[in-house]
Amino acid sequence: MSTLYIDGKPFEVSSGKNLLETCLSLGFDLPYFCWHPALGSVGACRQCAVKVYKDENDKRGRLIMSCMEPVTNNQLISIDDVEAKEFRDHVIEWLMTNHPHDCAVCDEGGSCHLQDMTVMTGHSYRKFTYKKRTYKNQQLGPFINHEMNRCIQCYRCVRFYKDYAGGKDLDAFASRNKVYFGRHEDGVLESEFSGNLAEVCPTGVFTDKTLKQHYTRKWDLTMAPSICQHCSLGCNIIAGERYGSLRMIANRYHGEVNGYFLCDRGRFGYEYVNAPTRLKIPVFQNGSTEDVNITRLLKQISSLKGSTIIGIGSPRASLESNYVLKKLVGESNFYLGVSETDYRLTNLILEILSKGPARPYSMKDVEESDAVFVLGEDLTNTAPMLALAVRQSVRQQPLKKVESAKISLWNDAAARELIQNEKGPLFLGTIAFTKLEDVATSTCHASPDDLARIGFAVAHLIDPGSSPVNELTELEKSLAQNIANTLLKAERPVVISGSSSGSDAVIKAAANISAALQKKKSNSGIVLVVPECNSLGLGLIGGQSLAKAFDESAKGKVEAAIILENDLYRHATLPAVDKFISSTKNIVVLDHTINATTRKATILIPTGTFAEADGTLVNNEGRAQRFFQVYEPANGIKESWRWLIQLSEGLLEKNFNHWKNQADVIQSLAKEIEIVKGVDTIVPPPHVRINGQRVPRQSHRYSGRTSMLANINVSESKPPEDSDSSMSYTMEGFRGQPPSSMIPFFWSPGWNSVQSVNKYQEEVGASLRGGDPGLRLFNPGQNNSVKYFETIPEKFEAVKGKLLAVPLHHIFGSEELSSKSDAVSKRIPQAYVIINGEDASSLQASEGEEIKFEIDGQSYQLPVKISKEIQKGVVGIPIGFADVPYADLPAWAILKT
Amino acid sequence: MWLTFLHMFHKRATIQYPEEKIKLPARWRGRIVLTRDPDMGERCVGCYLCAAACPVDCISLQATEDENGRRYPEFFRINFSRCIFCGYCEEACPTYAIQLIPDFEMGEYDRQNLVYEKKDLLIDGQGKYPGYNYYKVAGLAIGGKDKGEAENEEPPIDVKSLLP
Repeated sequence: MSTLYIDGKPFEVSSGKNLLETCLSLGFDLPYFCWHPALGSVGACRQCAVKVYKDENDKRGRLIMSCMEPVTNNQLISIDDVEAKEFRDHVIEWLMTNHPHDCAVCDEGGSCHLQDMTVMTGHSYRKFTYKKRTYKNQQLGPFINHEMNRCIQCYRCVRFYKDYAGGKDLDAFASRNKVYFGRHEDGVLESEFSGNLAEVCPTGVFTDKTLKQHYTRKWDLTMAPSICQHCSLGCNIIAGERYGSLRMIANRYHGEVNGYFLCDRGRFGYEYVNAPTRLKIPVFQNGSTEDVNITRLLKQISSLKGSTIIGIGSPRASLESNYVLKKLVGESNFYLGVSETDYRLTNLILEILSKGPARPYSMKDVEESDAVFVLGEDLTNTAPMLALAVRQSVRQQPLKKVESAKISLWNDAAARELIQNEKGPLFLGTIAFTKLEDVATSTCHASPDDLARIGFAVAHLIDPGSSPVNELTELEKSLAQNIANTLLKAERPVVISGSSSGSDAVIKAAANISAALQKKKSNSGIVLVVPECNSLGLGLIGGQSLAKAFDESAKGKVEAAIILENDLYRHATLPAVDKFISSTKNIVVLDHTINATTRKATILIPTGTFAEADGTLVNNEGRAQRFFQVYEPANGIKESWRWLIQLSEGLLEKNFNHWKNQADVIQSLAKEIEIVKGVDTIVPPPHVRINGQRVPRQSHRYSGRTSMLANINVSESKPPEDSDSSMSYTMEGFRGQPPSSMIPFFWSPGWNSVQSVNKYQEEVGASLRGGDPGLRLFNPGQNNSVKYFETIPEKFEAVKGKLLAVPLHHIFGSEELSSKSDAVSKRIPQAYVIINGEDASSLQASEGEEIKFEIDGQSYQLPVKISKEIQKGVVGIPIGFADVPYADLPAWAILKT
Repeated sequence: MWLTFLHMFHKRATIQYPEEKIKLPARWRGRIVLTRDPDMGERCVGCYLCAAACPVDCISLQATEDENGRRYPEFFRINFSRCIFCGYCEEACPTYAIQLIPDFEMGEYDRQNLVYEKKDLLIDGQGKYPGYNYYKVAGLAIGGKDKGEAENEEPPIDVKSLLP
């Protein structure tokens, strides 16, 4: 700790940080542009000038850039000094000489860092009378809009895109006052994190193109804290609504999970909520929408009373919905709506995470680990933000060199200059090519079984107590030895694996490595990626597998099935689901989006998406996080759990109508299931008021309240009331900082842009005030009794006439809901299969030619891509694509001619 | 009594409205209109500042774009049953689009009829501020005005040039 005197007042601050972040953490308003909490300082924009004094007798002082100056003890600085203030004013005046006169048509307006900083410094009139510089814009694809005239040359975009996110196709061009930020030519931005440019850019050069389709100012949005539903990481998001449709997704800072950024699937995948594929009509039966009302529907469902009803849960529905369904149909009739493989793997992952001994690492932990081994997971496509965290982890070892050179870690330009291209250890073992390879120490492409064997070998080398692997090639042996040595040498090694390869052995191998590491050193971790946003939550609730449900139905024992937010055709093969549906008389489907299963429903109940529902999700590290309803949907659409409670009135003697809100459901759940204990305490209960007030979802500048619905009726109706949380749907309420778990938007006086998050943190880059939200359910203690998995798979051998079909994931296309969003759907590649060159020549197939094969009796005909990065005898099939029928992979593909 | 008598010879303040109309100054704050620029394009660019400035929140709109990138309001609604004619919207408007004009004769028997949509608000003229064309000074390219063609703008930079 050191003492820092700011304008004569002493403050206790932690040393080692720079003056700018220290001043911001203390609550001072100091303008800046080029500095970003995640990117560090480069001292390029000269905006954050303050005065530093030598000692008390020094009256003149000198101007310094606060972002480049470390805090020292008993330092005297002045923010309010006249000269410093004038300097800052001049800098912004120069930056603004070329800024176009277009705030009115700029999407950034109202949440613009440049606007905020200009107001903060006091600059108002342009004295420079010469002409303004202009640029041509570029077409950068469906996600990002480019308006180069607005640029103030702070370099944050390329620093994020290239240095932080590892992108290759955005750069600075030209020189002096002509510097241009863009691609070398028009085209889609390749990085999976391009959406963050909209938040990183302090002005409106890069803006969200999907927001532009239905543009709304930040102050006009009804916003609520939410959780991303497009992969298992559970990134925290802010979702904003206007006029009954969801308008945008923004990052919601979480110190442990997503930090300052989001991936493009999470940011732009929201449009399915407004898409024409949404189910908006409350009820329809047998395809007809006429003459249906809720009373008739409920009557029809209550006629099922007494018959055998099974419930099929969903990995993309909330804990609450799955729980109520399980209670409704009873323990023995509840089935998890996931494939056999996912069922097995999720249970395995749950066992590993809950029993330990290794600690489940959060994304922040991964960023800080100094050796990473990824086994069987293409992170960029299955858990994109984790890939971003891994990209930061390779800097950890080189950063030690920076520290020993007495350079502060935040001094980004100096640190990168010293590090150059040096990278810390990252080992990848994947089925096919993955984008992380450019930062990897070494990469190995193999079939799942062979990957698992390497994993088991590494575990054996770390701790000879685990089973040895026979018949390894020399290459594999030396690779395993290298990995084992590196992991043992590291201070915070982490093993990352997951279910995307569909192989138990891979996960078991990863578990063995982490257990062995944990035995040798206490600071290691494990990250296991699961298929969907609530896969772990569903697993915790527990139930039987989908195949059992199909068996029961085939025996004729099932009279009705309630399917909860689940497209069964994505979890089981077409013939199997068709058979199940035809042998079950009543198919009640609750879902929000039209899919193959909803088309087969006899009774279809439209439910709310994440934006229209309250619920809790459990992410891949076992962190239970609550998402809040953003707006009240039209047409009586409700959360699935609300519908199910209502259905229980007709179906059960002892129904659940005493559960009035989300809190009642989650309390009952927390009481019943031991492992999720405390899940009802992650947000304040709905009766809590702050100073007698609710937390408003709307900003104090929200406009149009007396006009937006005046075309329907000039008398304003009462705003909807929220019974599920202590937030309100209006602009009235508590105006201070709400508890960290219910921050609907980041705003602070003078800070309208997303940069206002500084004001919500304990200190810059640390956790939110009051602790980061959510509850970690798995905290394995120091468990020394390590039990290794022992069955090691046989070496993979190519079989003549067959190829082993393995799943390949795509960030755009493999996930169900985001694929229904307009912008994301434009980025989905054509269906294909990948095979090795040797297989291609033996099949006499050239690039682009179609090959035919059969998996589980289903025939496929897809164009070939030839790659040397896939093992011989293996075929990679993209999963989740509309034109690629589902199969439970890995499985043997029988080649046809 | 004498004073009262004298008043009989004063000029009358009362006029015979509605037969006789009152003369209002040009800056009188009455009915709100949306104006057009000199090229007859809609001046409103849908920036939402009028709506934000409105103390009774009686303005709502939705911005949209034509194929050339020119922004305009998809709908623009003013609930005059709430409007207090404070003129803040006009003050906030960066494009001189929204203007208050000297007309107050808006009485209706049905309150619903006081909800004005864009078709009721948009006039075919420039109103009080002739000659101003926002897009001529803004840096955004729209149909018929490319980058560097606005007032006080250099031609677009050639990124590939090495000349000083």
